Amino acid sequence: MNYRRSYFIFTCLVFGFAFLYVPILSMVFYSFNASKLVTVWDSANSPTLRWYASLLHNDEILDAAWISLKVAVINASGSVILGTLAGFGLARFTQFRGRFTLNAMTTAPLVMPEVITGLSLLLLFVALEQWIGWPAGRGLTTMTIAHMTFSMAYVTVVVQSRMATFDTTLEEAAMDLGALPIKVFFVITLPIIFPAILSGWLLAFTLSWDDLVISSFTSGPGSSTLPMVVFSKVRLGVSPEINVLATLTITVVTIMIVGAGLWMSRAAKLETAAD
Amino acid sequence: MKSLRALSRIGISGRGLVVSLPYLWLLLFFVVPFVIVLKISFSDIDLAIPPYKPLIEWVGKNSLAIRVNFNNYAFLFTDPLYIHAFLNSIKVAFISTLLCLLIGYPIAYGIARSTATTRNVLLLMVMLPFWTSLLLRVYAWIGLLKANGVINNILMNWLHVIHEPLTMLYTPFAMYVGIVYSYLPFMILPLYANLEKMDWQLLEAAEDLGCRPWQAFYKITLPLSRNGIQAGSMLVFIPAVGEFVIPALLGGPNALMIGRVLWDEFFSNRAWPVASAVAILLLILLVPFMMWYQNVQARESAGAR
Repeated sequence: MNYRRSYFIFTCLVFGFAFLYVPILSMVFYSFNASKLVTVWDSANSPTLRWYASLLHNDEILDAAWISLKVAVINASGSVILGTLAGFGLARFTQFRGRFTLNAMTTAPLVMPEVITGLSLLLLFVALEQWIGWPAGRGLTTMTIAHMTFSMAYVTVVVQSRMATFDTTLEEAAMDLGALPIKVFFVITLPIIFPAILSGWLLAFTLSWDDLVISSFTSGPGSSTLPMVVFSKVRLGVSPEINVLATLTITVVTIMIVGAGLWMSRAAKLETAAD
Repeated sequence: MKSLRALSRIGISGRGLVVSLPYLWLLLFFVVPFVIVLKISFSDIDLAIPPYKPLIEWVGKNSLAIRVNFNNYAFLFTDPLYIHAFLNSIKVAFISTLLCLLIGYPIAYGIARSTATTRNVLLLMVMLPFWTSLLLRVYAWIGLLKANGVINNILMNWLHVIHEPLTMLYTPFAMYVGIVYSYLPFMILPLYANLEKMDWQLLEAAEDLGCRPWQAFYKITLPLSRNGIQAGSMLVFIPAVGEFVIPALLGGPNALMIGRVLWDEFFSNRAWPVASAVAILLLILLVPFMMWYQNVQARESAGAR
């Protein structure tokens, strides 16, 4: 079967990608609409940057974005450490007590419905506060711990799958030449899996930045994140400022994805050139 | 030899250190919480902070009373609302998974059979929505589906096919669209990862032997991509059963999903024990699927080596 002639697959691709992108592009398009109704085009005054200016002066959204940023950065850094350790351990140590449990504990958060994770972590924090007095109330700390718990599972998967594909002879050679395991890890393993760690960091950052449900359960008064503010606004209907926020998010993500794509294709080219 | 033995000894103790940190973290913040949820699901609702009564209490000086209360579970099974919500969630998640598979399979197949450059571009295009906030993508559908939204505008003012706006937002239809839209990348990516490893010469061989393309697909491609289909379906089905955001934003007041019931019990009614009981039942329902997913993953990675 000649793939190029398969109109069926081609049509599916076109419609599939249209389905994925029409909603995203419509948000971008209507972010320039002057009308407060968002989807009713006000041709007299549009396109306009009016809502972009108004977003920049919306303190509620800006404060929430600042909180989200703090949580996301700490979460990403913490979960990269935990996730790399777990991914490395699972990929390299094929036999240790608790391997099965660790494997299950890093797979389950990937599919666990968020309402369950959120509720269970909140109840843990409440119980801990009763028993040992820590954490005192809910806020940034509890939210960051909660985010790290599910983010590290994603980092583990990314690191583990990278570890599974790379050549162990380099590590063995270094070991034979007398390098301590810890030195081998920092000099050989870490540089090789660095791209995986970087994408794990970005993934953990994004997961935390986007999370609504688990944050709602584990945050306290005065620590509303950006998704929580967006959710309360969106529940009441459309709002032009949310379209602007979406457009800005999409722009940043697109730049990052295209950048990563170019970087990866260049790395692949270098690799084939070296062979 | 002596140093080698010393090394391996360091290696072994190092191993313990490497794994124990994430292990303890997950034990404390992922496993222990479920024990607490289980405990609270058996306690009484109380008008206090926190709003439940302790399970174990000192009664008098030397006697300890343990009160296990099954009322929350009994309540869930007697009020038809909860059973309905459970069944409806399973139905919605099942249909959504099926739709994701039907839409996602041809896309994953198309990507896997493209040239290397096109393939990378298309893959990045699948991942881009996945990196953009779910909340914002669901929000986009409000703008498309509402009474004076984009779709109604096009149908009424440009194409003139309808005169009254269609009611699409806050209906089950909107909820299905939202779930399929949000979870589609989770179906496409594992399917693609699986199809990418396919040996396409098998199809050519089948065709040389007189197989029709559809027959070849049905007899070769489909069975070989079984792991991808299962992994993708679990990645859609399990979280979709407990989905909260999409039914809350697109489904309207009648969209009874169990994730939403749990949320309302917790936030609106402050009935923490009831919410805990809902969580435990939901977990019991989903654990077999999670184990299935883990099995598929283990098979996939064993096959890759």
